[in-house]
Order: sequence, then structure tokens, then C-alpha cells
Amino acid sequence: MTLLPLGPVFLSILLFLFTAAITPLFAGRPHALVRVSFLLSAAASLMALAGGFFAVSNGAVDTMTLPIGLPDLPFYLRVDVLSGFFVTVVSLLGLFVSIYSIGYVKGFIGQRPVSTLVVFYCLFMAGMLMVLISDDAYSFMVSWELMAASSYFLVVFEDEHASNRRAAFIYLLIAHIGAVLILLSFGVIAGFASGFESFNGYTFSAMRSSTITPAWASVAFLLAFFGFAAKAGMMPLHVWLPEAHPVAPSNVSALMSGVMLKTAIYGIMRVTFDILHISSWWWGGLVLVLGLVSAVMGILSALMQVDLKRLLAYSSVENIGIILVCLGLAMIFASFNMSVLAALALVAGLYHVLNHAMFKGLLFMGAGAVLHSTHERNMENMGGLIHRMKWTAPMFLVGCLSIAALPPFNGFISEWLIFQTFLLSPVLPSPVLNLLIPLGAALLALTAALAARCFVKAYGVVFLGHWRGAHQHGVHEAGLSMRAGMLLAAVSCLLLGVLPSFVIRWLDVIPQTLVGGTISLSAHEFGWLWLTPVSAGRASYSAPIVFLGILLVVAVVYMIFHARKTSIRRAPVWDCGFGKLTNRMQYNSTSFAMPLRRIFGFLFGIKEVARAAGDPALSPMFMDRYIYHLKMRDRIWYGLYKPVSDASFWFARRVGRLQHGRIQIYLLYSFLTLIVLLVFA
Amino acid sequence: MNVNIAAQINSVLAALILLTAFGLLVQRRIYGLLHIFAWQGLFLSISTAIVGYTAGLHHLYISAILTLTLKVFALPYILYVLIHRLKIHKEVEDMVNIPTTMLIGIALVIFSYHLTAPIRELSTLVTRSTLAVALATVMLGLLMMITRKKAVTQIIGFLALENGLFFAATSATYGMPLVVELGVALDILIAAFIFGIFFFQIRTTFDSLDLKEMEKLKEED
Repeated sequence: MTLLPLGPVFLSILLFLFTAAITPLFAGRPHALVRVSFLLSAAASLMALAGGFFAVSNGAVDTMTLPIGLPDLPFYLRVDVLSGFFVTVVSLLGLFVSIYSIGYVKGFIGQRPVSTLVVFYCLFMAGMLMVLISDDAYSFMVSWELMAASSYFLVVFEDEHASNRRAAFIYLLIAHIGAVLILLSFGVIAGFASGFESFNGYTFSAMRSSTITPAWASVAFLLAFFGFAAKAGMMPLHVWLPEAHPVAPSNVSALMSGVMLKTAIYGIMRVTFDILHISSWWWGGLVLVLGLVSAVMGILSALMQVDLKRLLAYSSVENIGIILVCLGLAMIFASFNMSVLAALALVAGLYHVLNHAMFKGLLFMGAGAVLHSTHERNMENMGGLIHRMKWTAPMFLVGCLSIAALPPFNGFISEWLIFQTFLLSPVLPSPVLNLLIPLGAALLALTAALAARCFVKAYGVVFLGHWRGAHQHGVHEAGLSMRAGMLLAAVSCLLLGVLPSFVIRWLDVIPQTLVGGTISLSAHEFGWLWLTPVSAGRASYSAPIVFLGILLVVAVVYMIFHARKTSIRRAPVWDCGFGKLTNRMQYNSTSFAMPLRRIFGFLFGIKEVARAAGDPALSPMFMDRYIYHLKMRDRIWYGLYKPVSDASFWFARRVGRLQHGRIQIYLLYSFLTLIVLLVFA
Repeated sequence: MNVNIAAQINSVLAALILLTAFGLLVQRRIYGLLHIFAWQGLFLSISTAIVGYTAGLHHLYISAILTLTLKVFALPYILYVLIHRLKIHKEVEDMVNIPTTMLIGIALVIFSYHLTAPIRELSTLVTRSTLAVALATVMLGLLMMITRKKAVTQIIGFLALENGLFFAATSATYGMPLVVELGVALDILIAAFIFGIFFFQIRTTFDSLDLKEMEKLKEED
């Protein structure tokens, strides 16, 4: 059966644009608008999902030329397995988030106009899909800018706070720096494709067949990599991410973190594996090292956060780092023509792309539900929500377990595959890499452990214990559509974790097209029940059996504790005879991160002040109050960005002195220029 | 009329134009400025006519007549009415004192002669020696705009600058094509009207025509 995949994706983009266009018809009826538009976008996502899924499963390539844009420069559209995979990721999460948004956006009605949110949400989804299916530099950049601009308006949605506007500005700035780098990279490649003589080199098909010198290929790679990495949130270009994601509405954060960052990963893969082809191993080495830095620093920064959404944003930096590690390994293996190992690394990376979209989307939706009902982002004021939000809490737990890479959930599969790749790397014929890569494996293991700790903290502080804040009125469970969105994401986390063989068989065609290798032969030696990426003698994992085992253990433990009503007794917490226990005495987010602040504090600028207030004469041992101040500074911001921004302000002020506001002085400038030109010209 | 005599007369007129340009720099009274400006226009018009006669270019007569009507009668009249209506202070206020301005002006004239020396070597026109004067007039007009405080004096400086340009055009190339000439003349007229309107606007906004008031328009630190 040959079902052409581009049609559904293209129709879905049109449907998104249509949904954005009909918004004015619902002026004054926000409830109807939210319901209709998000149902339509869910339908559009479903359509794109079908297209993307078939593109991968058929391995088909489908192209189309649209006569829009400038004369003689039409838009070329193309769906192949790589874009099909990313279309699947985008539309799958898009589907869940659209369902979730019906309930979530309803919460804004009456507080602010929701039509802007609806319009830019649809444009944002359309822009992401357009990025994935464009097949020339021109339409790619147009779609890329559409995506960046619409997400800017989504970030700045709650624009009454100056900090939100600042976050959105930083986002826009870095997005544009990235876009300029990408444009330059395309310019270099297109120039070589057409011999710097015509515009015909702007299509990706012309770029693919261009003969480019190794030095210029490296220049193009570096430009494209840093351009896309700025969007992906790689360290040290990540600063916009922890600013912009927390302030955006949570459904948008879920999309931005879950899938928008992945379009940048798509861009890196498209340029390096498809257009440029990998020529030297240091490309992969660079990606690997920066990926490791992002992973470790990202998760350490996440651990230090007290804002729930900021924590999730930093965790996205970490996960992008993990994906980049996979890409780096794949590039290294590909440059040594080890296609099977490159395929293994790519499969691990792509699997993690899909997994991260699911669990990060789920976690942001959960955070949105918490924010929606408590109006609180600071974890220090939360606690005990498991009693109030009986649905959201287990969903969030599923997300936490997945992101902490615990079986039977999906995060485990991709991280396990990554470690398998690392363990196979000693076959590389380069001693430098053989020394470097085990170090990377160790750092990745550290990252995984820290991620687990980070999400123990997130779940424990938010959902367990007692409420720490001032008041707790109005904390309620999320609505039906929000629960449905989260449930779908949680179920897909579980399915991706339990049935990895099917997923790997589905996406195995991608490494085959990109690096010419495939792992499905070895991976399915023992049927769908066992996953054996290299050989059964080396490592194997059966997700369904592990899942059944866990289910059995949980069931037995539950039966033991809940068989008799008397085996669980509820009583007040023992207060050591102190008698003054308050909810603020619980373990909180800051105290939970304290050991790690001691160990890794040198990586951050930490200022910690603890002092006691009160009259020492009255009671020298027990002061009235203890005051604790913790200030964390992002060293990258102060070391890398602040000097640049300060220098540009300084320079602008210097130049600004030219502007006196006196006409005579301005005339003098012209006069002096005239004389200087007359003398020296 | 002998070409030589024509060149002589033209040189005399050039000297007079330069003199009036310096006169504009020294004059302290605003009506005096208008008179000097009118005289400059008159010399310019005569010079154009003579050049037209010697070179046999009849369209220069039209230029001369235009200059005469616009720069000798119309513009000074408009400015006179403007000054009268706006009740502008009769004294000219300058930022650099007059002797210094004069010295800078002399330096500019020397500079112009130095600058046009190579052109004088190459040119074969009757009027070639006056190019330096034309350039000097342009620069003196600019100098006047720079050193004066009030908007009206700036306009006169601007018009003097334009006189210099016109003189440069006739002396270097026997004038511009007539179409350009007409366009420039019209522009000057319209500019004068626009200045007039702006003066009223500036005065109602700032209660003064002192350009110092416009310093507020810059960006705050």
C-alpha cells in the first residue's frame, strides 16, 4: 500500500491556518472559541500524525512544489523518513496538548483575551510542521521565523509583568542570532551548490549534491550547529530557555519544551547527516562534548531551582544534551564508517527525542495543572497536593519515573540504548576518542542519577508532605480535558517503555537512509519480547517481562498492606516532644538540594547567608527567628552574556553622545565630514 | 564685449559675492542680513547673465531672471514679512564671536583656493577662476548655519549656501540644464514657505525661536 504521506501533513497545516483564520468569527464567545479551535487543532494534529507515521513505516519520499513566495523561487516541500519521524513527534504531543488546552485555556477566560493565544498556538503548530516538511532553504527560513515569532507572542502572552517581557525579548534575541547563523550556513552550502552564480542552489536537493571543500563544509557545519543549538537550548546558548519556558502558558511550555526544541535537533540532523554528510570525526566530538556539558550542567541547574517550571526547563537542557550526545556518537561512528554502531546511536537519540517529547510534555501539563489550581510556581509553597489532586499526582509520577529513566517507562529504554552505544565505543580506531568516550559515559551516568534525584525532589516537594504555603483555598483537581491530555501522554510513556521492539522496528528505516546501517536484524533476533541491540550474549532487555514483574510486585505489596483495614494506621507526626511542629519545618526544595550545593557549588555563583535574629540576652540558645538567604547566580550569564550586553550598552551610550540635540552641532558634523572628504578624497 | 573683459567683470562680481558672504557673517542686525542677502542675489544674477552672454547660452538668461526675482525680491520679502510677523529680536545672536568666525572664514577661503587649484589648471572656461569663490561661499554659508543661534539666521545661511551652489554651477559648467534650474528655484521657494510654517509651529511649541529649546528632543540618558 502506498499512501502518500505529504498530503495529510499539508492538509493539517492548512487546517491549523484555517483555525487561526476563523478566530475573529468567535469574537465575544471565548468558550466556544476555545472548544472549537482546540478540537480543530487536535484533528489537525491527528491528520499530521497519520502522515508522519506512514512516512516512516512506508519509507516513502513524497515531494511537492508550491508556486508561492518570490517569482522563480517556489516553495519545495518534501516528506522523507526523517521529517516523517519528527512530524510524528510534533503531532503526537500536539494532539495531547490540544486536548489538554481545551480545559487549560478556559482558565484564562475572563482574565485576558484568549484569542491571541489561540491564533498564535495554531500558527506555532503550523510553523513547526512547515519547518519539518520544507525542502529548500527559503521556505525553511520562512517557516523557522514563523515558528519563532509565534512562540514569542505565546511567551509574552501574560505581558503585564516586566520579567515576562524581558524573558520573551531574550528569547527573540537568541532565536534571531541562531536564525542568522543558520541562514549563513545555508548560504555557504547553496553557494557551493550553484557555484556562486545563481539562486538555484537554495533547494535542499541541490545542496545535497553539491561538492563542497572540507574546510567550507566545516564552516557550514559549525554555523548550522550553533544556529540550531541556540534554538535547542544547548549550553552555553541556553539562557533564554529557563526564562521563556516558565513564563509561557503551560500548554505552550509543553509544546516548546517537548517539540519545538526537537525541530532544532531535526535541523542539526538534516544538515549534518543529509545535506553535508559527515567528513571528519571532530564534528561528532564537538557535539558530544557540548552535549555532555549541557546534560550535566542542565540537570545540576535544575536541581537548584525552586520554581517548578524552571526546574522542568533546565531539565530540558539536560535532555537536549543527552540527545546531542547520541548525535555526536552517531557522527563519530559514521565518520569511521561504522554504520551499525552509528545506527544504534541514532536510534537511541531518536528514541530519546520521542520519549522526551512525551514525558516532558506530560510533566509540563502536570505543572500546568498544579499552577492552574494553586496559582503558585514556587515549590517552597507547595506540598501535599496528592490529597487534593488525585488524578494529576499519579500522572506526574509517571512523568517523573520516565524522566528518571526507571523501568518500565520509556526513559529507561533510550538511556539503556545510549549506554549500550557507549559500551561499544572501544572498537573505535582512535586512541583519543577511546580515552574521551568512557569519560562521557561516566558523566552521562552521573546525569542520570542526578536526574532521578531532581525528580524525587520535584515530586516529593510538590505532591507529598503537607502544604507549605500561606493558604490553600481553591486547590482543586484539573478538569476533564486536562486529565485526558495527561492520561494520553502517560499511557504513551508506558507503551513506549513496554513495547520498544515495535518502535525500534518502526524507526529503524531512518538510520538506514541517513548512515546506511540498521540494527533491526540484531535487535529482533529473539522476537518482539526481547530487545538485543547488539547480540544476545552482550546485553538484552525484555520490557514486557520486566513490566509484568513490576506489576506483580506492586500488586503483592498492595495486597499485603491493604488486605486488612487495620494494617495502615493514620496518626499525627511525632514531634520529638518539641511540640511546635509547623508545615514549614518540612524538608523543602532548597534543603533537599543542599548536599549537591556543597559538592557542585563551585560551578555556580552561590551566596548563602544564615543568621539569627532576636535578643541574645533574652535567650542565647534559642533565637526568635533564623533568617536564611540563598542567592544563586548563573555563571554563564555573568561570564558570557553580561559582558557582551554591557559592552553594547556602553558603546551605544558613547555613540549616543554624538546626539546633542543641537542643530548647529549636527551641521558641524556634516561640515567637518565635507572638509575631511574634500581633503583626503 | 570682449571675452577678456567679461572674465574681468565676472571676477569682480565673484569678489563682490565673496564680500557679501563675509558680510553675512559680520552683520549683527537681522534686516541688514536681508539686505546683504538681496545684494548677493543681485550680483549672482548679473554674473549669470554675463556668463550667458559670453558663452552664448541663452537659457542662462532665464536663470538670471529667476535668480533676480526670487533671491533679490521674493525671498527677502517673505523673510521680512516673517520677521515682522513673528516680532523677532532684531539682534543676531551668535555662538562664536565675530572675529573668530571671520578668521575661520578666511581659512575656509584659502582652503577653497587650494582645493580648486587642480581644476583651474585643467579647465578652459572663462569662469574657471571663480570656482574657488563659489566653493568658499558654500562653506561660509554652512559656517553661518553652524555659528548662529536663531532659526531665521539659519535659513539665511542655508539660502546663501544655495547661492554658492548656484554660482559654482554657472562658473564650473556654465549652469545646469534649465529643467534642473527651474526645479531648484521652485524648491527654494517652497522651502521658504515651509520654513515659515515651521517657525510658527516651533514658536507655538517652545515659545521661542531659539534652537536651544530643541535640545530637549534628544534621548534621555
